[in-house]
Formats: sequence, C-alpha cells, structure tokens
Amino acid sequence: MDKKNVKGFLEFVYDFYKSMKAHEITLVYEGEITHQITKAFTSLTESNMAKEEESNSVQKKVFHVMVECLQNISKHADSFGSDDFLFAGRGIFMVSKGEIEYHVTTGNVIENSKIDELTKILDHINTLDKDGLKELYKTQMREGRLSEKGGAGLGFIDIARKTGRKLEYHFLPIDEETHFFILTSTISRNE
Amino acid sequence: METIKIMGTDDTPTVILDADNDIFEISGRSLPEDVTAFYEPILNWLDDYANSPNAKTVFIFKLVYFNTASSKLLLDILMKLEQMHEDGKEVLIRWFYPEDDEDMQEAGEEYADIVDIPFEQVSYTLT
Repeated sequence: MDKKNVKGFLEFVYDFYKSMKAHEITLVYEGEITHQITKAFTSLTESNMAKEEESNSVQKKVFHVMVECLQNISKHADSFGSDDFLFAGRGIFMVSKGEIEYHVTTGNVIENSKIDELTKILDHINTLDKDGLKELYKTQMREGRLSEKGGAGLGFIDIARKTGRKLEYHFLPIDEETHFFILTSTISRNE
Repeated sequence: METIKIMGTDDTPTVILDADNDIFEISGRSLPEDVTAFYEPILNWLDDYANSPNAKTVFIFKLVYFNTASSKLLLDILMKLEQMHEDGKEVLIRWFYPEDDEDMQEAGEEYADIVDIPFEQVSYTLT
C-alpha cells in the first residue's frame, strides 16, 4: 500500500470501529459459515452472556436463534450459482446488544427465482399466533423431510417462536439475478 | 444385542442403548454437524431391538438443548418406539426437563401430542 492508501485504510478501520460501537455490535463475521464457526460463535456469546449475568431464559433464546440463523446461512446461502466471488457461498452474521434487546442479523445473497417461495414461507409464519406456530412446527416435523444438507424447514418457525415476534426481513437488489436477503431477529432482555 | 454408548460432547448428546441392563437414554445437547449421520446408528439399533424387545422399555430423554434439525430426528426415534407400542410391547417415555425450562417442557408436550405412547414429564433441578 502506498501512503495514500495506508491513510485511507486506517481511516476505514477507525470508521468501521466507530460504526460497530454506534450499532452496539458485539460480533460480526463475513464468510463461510461452518459448524466450527457456529460452535465458536455460540460458545463465545454464551460465555459473554453468563459473565454479564443475563437471565437463563434470555441466554437460551439467544443461543437458539443464533444456531438457527447460522444454520440457515450454512445450508442455504451456498445453493446459488453466482460467479461473483464476493458473494458466492457466504453470508454476514452479526450480534448486537443494546440496553433492552439483542439483535441477531444475517445477510446472504439469494437468487431472484427463490424469493417468491421464501417470501411465502416467511409471510405465512408471520400470520400465525403462538398456537398457530406450534401447530405448524408439529406438522412440519411430522411431514417435512430432511434436505440433503440437514435442513428441516423448521428454523424460521423456531426463531418466530423463541423471539415471540414477527420475522423481520428485507430483500435488497444486487443485480439482475440476485438480491441480498437480510433477517433480523430481536430477543428482549427483560422478560 | 450390542450396546451403544456414545459419550456426549458440547454439540452431541450422550446416548446409551443397553438392552441387557435396561438402559435407554439420550441426554445433553444435540446440534451435531451432520444430524442424519449421528442419529442413523441409533435408529438402526432401534429397528433391531424392536424385533425382540425387553418386557418393558423405559426410554429416557434428558436433553438441555436441541436444534430444529435434531428435533426431527428425535421424532423419528419416538415414532419407532410408537410402532413398538402399537405392536403390543410395553413402552414408556420419560421426558426430563430442567424445572425452569418451559421451552423444553413444551417440547415434551408437543411430542406427546404427536406420538401415541405412554409419556411421562419429569422436571428436575439443574445442579
């Protein structure tokens, strides 16, 4: 890097740091989500929460949501054929902790052709109340097949049940074939 | 019958399937990297066991955490036990949950709704 680039890079690092602080981000990762990564992130977050004496029930909820979000990326984000090395088979994963709630956010590239189906699943989950979600979970467990990668179609339902909130998601356009899918799950810190 | 004894790790449960000593138990945490591969030998064992089961089978679930992919495989196990029950064998499920863990208690209730087997919920204190 020449001098100008070094300065630009240093500023980027500092801005990035400030931005993380401003958004109260305690963990951020971009890349392939493997089982080892899932284990490392959940145990790191677990021990942080234990240190901060977060209630058992909040700890469990955050743990559940993290695992399902990470597995969503590892099982689905790599199933599209973009040539763009920046996006292929990867995702972003973030945990932020505010005064009153935790946020677990994932982002990954999705092919346009899959958006309709995914939207249908998410919107359907969002129409259901507690009992409806419970019934859907049971039905899906009974009738759903495990996909090749071990997905059972249960993750989103579980996230909605554990957080007690609607699934909050967005699709941002990337190019003509793909969108960036962002899902934010919120776990309240006071029960 | 051969005995299955798998020691638990931070992402896989302890599994003991010991017909000679009447111990049938899955406990701990379940989020294996490959759920299908982890549970396959357990399901196969149950298929064999169902051919000549003990007079009574008390199957213990004592899990503190399982992911959604595991939940499906746990149901597969319960359905094999349900089949044994339907075939006239005596089967009892004992579902243990930490006393303050409503989610784990509810998970037990849901399984009890789905499968038709004698099902006992047991709360315990985590030490």
